[in-house]
Amino acid sequence: MTLFEEIALIAGKDLRIEGRSKVALNQIAPFALLVIVLFGFALDADRVALQTFAPGLYWMTVLLASILAVHRSVAVEAGEGAREGLLLSGLRPASVYLGKVVALVAQLLIVAIVLLGGVLIFYSASISDPVLLVTSLLGAVLGVGAAGTLYGALLGSQRARETVLPILLLPVLAPVLIAATRAFGDAMGTTTSDGWQWTQLLYAFAAIYCAFGVLSHGVLMEEN
Amino acid sequence: MHAVDLQDVVVLLGRFPALAGASLSVEPGEAVLLQGPNGAGKSTLLRLCAGLLRPERGDAMVLGQNLRRDRRSVRSRVGYVGHHSMLYDDLTVGENLRFWGRAAGVDESQQLAAADRMQIRGRLFDVPVARLSAGQRRRTALAVAAARRPELWLLDEPHAGLDQDGRDIVDALITDAADAGGAVLVASHELERVEPVVDRRITIAGGLATEVRRNEGEQE
Repeated sequence: MTLFEEIALIAGKDLRIEGRSKVALNQIAPFALLVIVLFGFALDADRVALQTFAPGLYWMTVLLASILAVHRSVAVEAGEGAREGLLLSGLRPASVYLGKVVALVAQLLIVAIVLLGGVLIFYSASISDPVLLVTSLLGAVLGVGAAGTLYGALLGSQRARETVLPILLLPVLAPVLIAATRAFGDAMGTTTSDGWQWTQLLYAFAAIYCAFGVLSHGVLMEEN
Repeated sequence: MHAVDLQDVVVLLGRFPALAGASLSVEPGEAVLLQGPNGAGKSTLLRLCAGLLRPERGDAMVLGQNLRRDRRSVRSRVGYVGHHSMLYDDLTVGENLRFWGRAAGVDESQQLAAADRMQIRGRLFDVPVARLSAGQRRRTALAVAAARRPELWLLDEPHAGLDQDGRDIVDALITDAADAGGAVLVASHELERVEPVVDRRITIAGGLATEVRRNEGEQE
């Protein structure tokens, strides 16, 4: 099999599992929507404040939801020793990593799109630059997927994974939070920052973590 | 060439020496029973031979590969069935077989032949693994391993959870694998069950391996 066929095999497997279990759609997306609504309550339903802070609240919620999605992605392999099966299969570690990134990004995109609808409805936010919004959304989700899969593999089968993962991952994703919030602020017309520059940073972040993941996933699989 | 040749091998699990200088060899076409008390190091030895554990000291050759230098090339040539099924609960039996088969480069006819052999085709094929009994999971895990036509079988308590029919299938699998020139290492507590289908026994105790002579119960 070629590298791309292996990536498709892993991604297809993870997406099929998600299709069966519907964890992203039935559990993570509702959780994220609930957080958006609760942020609204916390800000006293002040429409101006909600519109101003919508990009930051949106991305904070996406990051919280992504912790659940990454945890689920790792748990799929940890359950019945499938990680060892992947080692024994002869698949390239890089394709296992990239396949899992593709599947995680696809699931996060669903959650992010559902959540975007929630922000537009509950916060009465508007979009002034849809191209910038979509481009930055893709870059940010790619970065979260790349870093999340890498840190998920780092923690592997450790028992404390559930509690340690957010402590490790959230600080790492801080650049994504900052850049995506600025880019979304520009795309929603709430700030005057240059959203395209922040979007470039998002893609650079994703590229760096993808490279790290491809190079280190073999070692991480072995050590766990 | 030995299928497995271990000389004074030490394997550490954390700081604990799960194997403390084990030596044994298994020839192609031979089925060998590993016996010993719980925690003796049987599963560790199988995992070592599968290339899943690194030997800390000693010489460990499996299928002609030195495990201290290269464990990856051994992995795709062994059929390891351990305590965990290595199956995905949310996928069906058929989907699991297809996924692991494709990952190992096994064509569909081999996958189906293995499923037939373990009698998991038919109504079980479209059932998610999460809904299977322990015995049905075991059969599926064995079918995944059998589809790869491994040169070295590493079976950890392969009869566990199986009904009489399934146990007979496992016995036949061991016999046929050895007859076809493969090597088989079976760790089991069911000595009476396994002994008729193996060529010799090795006792693992305290991380060391000792040969047991057949019919004599006498140790070399």
